[in-house]
This record gives sequence, structure tokens and C-alpha cells, in this order.
Amino acid sequence: MAETKKKSKPKAKSKAKSKATYAFFLGCIAPLRYPGIEKSTRDVCNALGIELVDFNDASCCPAPGVIRSFDRKTWLAAAARNLALAEKQGVNILTICNGCYGSLADAAHELNHDEALRKDVNAILAEIGLEYSGGTEVRHFADVLFNDIGLDAIKKAVTNPLELKVATFYGCHFLKPTDVKYLDDPENPTMLDDMVEATGASSMFRKDKMMCCGAGGGLRSEFSDFAMKFTEENLKNMKDGGAEVIVDICPFCHLQFDRGQQELKGYDMPVLHLSQLYALAMGMDQKDLGLDAHLTPVKL
Amino acid sequence: MPISMTATPDMEFVNEIIANGGDTVNMCFQCGTCTASCPSGRQTSFRTRQLVRMAQLGMKDEVLSSEELWYCTTCYTCTERCPRDVAIVDILIAMRNLAVASGNMFEGHKKVAKSLMKSGHTVPINDEVKAQRAALGLAEVPPTVLASEKAKKDFDKILEATGFNKTVGE
Repeated sequence: MAETKKKSKPKAKSKAKSKATYAFFLGCIAPLRYPGIEKSTRDVCNALGIELVDFNDASCCPAPGVIRSFDRKTWLAAAARNLALAEKQGVNILTICNGCYGSLADAAHELNHDEALRKDVNAILAEIGLEYSGGTEVRHFADVLFNDIGLDAIKKAVTNPLELKVATFYGCHFLKPTDVKYLDDPENPTMLDDMVEATGASSMFRKDKMMCCGAGGGLRSEFSDFAMKFTEENLKNMKDGGAEVIVDICPFCHLQFDRGQQELKGYDMPVLHLSQLYALAMGMDQKDLGLDAHLTPVKL
Repeated sequence: MPISMTATPDMEFVNEIIANGGDTVNMCFQCGTCTASCPSGRQTSFRTRQLVRMAQLGMKDEVLSSEELWYCTTCYTCTERCPRDVAIVDILIAMRNLAVASGNMFEGHKKVAKSLMKSGHTVPINDEVKAQRAALGLAEVPPTVLASEKAKKDFDKILEATGFNKTVGE
């Protein structure tokens, strides 16, 4: 961003400001429930020339639907700690989860636009020797691939074209709220469909495509029956639309569909994170996708 | 959900919501776009417009003790469609914060909060996932607060500073 045009001597340690280097923010559900998503992301990024460095010492983002609902101040301070850690490392953040993306991008937006608030939060961060000055950019894996790498480069990297009929699942916090980020039309987006079709797969039309999976906002943790009603309606629409695989960009939606189908019974649609779909399309070993962690069997 | 008032209206309620991030609460003119758009309202007795109106009317006790306040998944469909740019999710979150601060918290939610306090993550690590990680060539324990005592202590300090333990009533 604020890089001087001249004198950018390539130094071995100067990872900072290099556009394609990100601190890989793992979150909770991917590394602790679906490690194949983490592995596939590392492999796909490596293949596409995106350098991921470890994001050491990070905590939960913290989860926007629950922790922010309980105490906004805690949510913001803990998110600011994560943002400050990345800033200290001199790299921007890459997330693979809509919840993490939602929390970190929303928190960064608030802190970057409200000096008084940033001062308050920094007073807390000072207790652990950190400061957030507003310099961390938060990106989602799907955003970086679509906007920085581009569909042409992705198509070139596909060595194992997939003939799958896919229900794309954007989730909520990837596109909304649009006053914080605007990646695509929140009512009728196409970027994930384009990304899925870049592998040779077909994105199938369905009713109510942008309906929430039901897991967020503390519904899964307390009112699971209601959450499952969202999930079932989505699954029915996916099935009616002729889809045979769900492709998501959020481990929480992923979990809700993967585990939810086993809880509901009668549905058996494999669930893949975009990173896993790409790993498959780029010819990587299927056992590196970590599919044994999925409760709904993935037979492709 | 009660639609008749059982207690004296608390006209400070709306100011508490504003102070907690719901600063557009008075902008709502009750068109109902939110309720009509809400995927939760289709499945449950959650009526977005009604909750906002109850807030405007100072029905603090009714709102803070209502289960429906917790039926929103924060999908933001209402916020995107609101013709008055009311940040509805922010208003609901402000009211949830006030509910938790007044001691109204569900057990399932306490469990999530306690997991965060205990490990720094909302889901716990276990042996099964450690083995899965190792089989994939990943570090058994991810390089987060889980792998560093100092980082976890720093994280704890943040939660102490904001009084999270007290807020969730541990």
C-alpha cells in the first residue's frame, strides 16, 4: 500500500508488503474439525504462487455470531489482538472462513474508521505490548483467488477437470454487510459460481440460493432444531436443482451441511470447501483432502 | 412473544441500545421489509420488526428476556434490504449484549463462551483431530494460542481487561 516505488531491494526477510504473502488465519473449525480444508488451502495456494506464512499465537477470530452477541467489547478487543499480531508481522491476513472473515474485516473496519474506539482498544492491547494502527488488510481465500489470481490462471492450473453438478454456497458473512466489504452483489452473486465452473463443474440453479445455512448467531449451539430447518430447506432446494455436491467457502456452513445431513437423515450430498474442490481439480492426492473427517461420505 | 406491555416502559432502553452499537434504532419506520426477508422468521416466531418496535417503545424487560432475540443467525439480509439503512443486526447484537449483561444467557451459549476462555478457541482440540492433522502432514497442534502458553496468557489478559468472565457469569 504505502510502499515506496523505488528502493524495494529484495531482501530475504522482507516478506512484508509483498502482495502475495499472507498470514494464514486458521480460525477454529477448519484446523480443529476439518483439517483437510487447512491442508488443501496450503497446497492450492502453493500451486498458485500465494505464499502463506504461519499466523502464530492467534486465537479464535472471535466468532461474530456468538462472542459478539455476548459482549461486543470483548469481541472487538480479541479481534484487535489478532489484527495487531499480523500487523507486527508485517503481513496481511488470509482467512478461509466467513466467520473469521466477518469478524476480522468488520473489526478492522470499525477500528480503522473510529480513532476514539481504536484508542480504547489499544489501551487494552498495551497490557500485552501490542498496538493496532490500522494497517492490516483482511482477505478471504475466495476473494484473493478470484480477484488477484483470476479465473484464467485457475483454469490453467486445472489438470483434473471435474464433471460435477454443484450447489454453490456463499454463506452470509462473505458478502455482507456490504458497507464493510463489497465483493459481489449480495442478492445475486456469481463469483463463486464462476470459480466452481473454472474446474469444469456446473453450478446448478436453485431456489433461495442465498438463504443462510442456519448455524450462525448462536442458533446451532442453543437452538439446533431451528438451525436444522434452515439446513433442510437449503438441502431440499439443492436436490431439486439437480446438484450432487455442495461447495462452500466457510467451515461453519461446511460443518452445518456435513453434520446436519447425518442428523437429518435422508440426505447424502458430499460437502467440499472450495479449497478441497480446487485441490481435486489441480490433481492433488485425494487423501490430502482430509475427507475422513467428513461425516457425510465424499465419494467422487 | 408478548405484544402487550406488562411493565412500565423504560425510555432509557433505546439510549442503551444506541450506546452499545445500535445507533440507528430510531430510524426504523416499521415497513416490515426485515421481517419479510428474514429466513429465521419463516421457521420461528422471530419477528424482526416487532423486536425493533418493542425497543423503541422501551419494552426492555420483555425484549431482554425474550427467547426470540436469539433466533437471528446474523445473516444480514434485513440490513441489506432496509430502505432506511437501519443496521438491524447491530441493534439485535446491542440488545443481546444487554441481555447477557443482565444475566440472560442460555446454557449452550455459555458453553461456547467457556470454551473460548479455556482454550482461546470456540471448539476444543481432541486426539482424533490431532491424528488427522498428523496424517495430513500438518502440525498436530495448530500454531495458535493452543501452541503457546505465553500467547494464551496474553489472550486471557484481554478477556480479563474486558471483564468477559464476569459478563458471562463464570
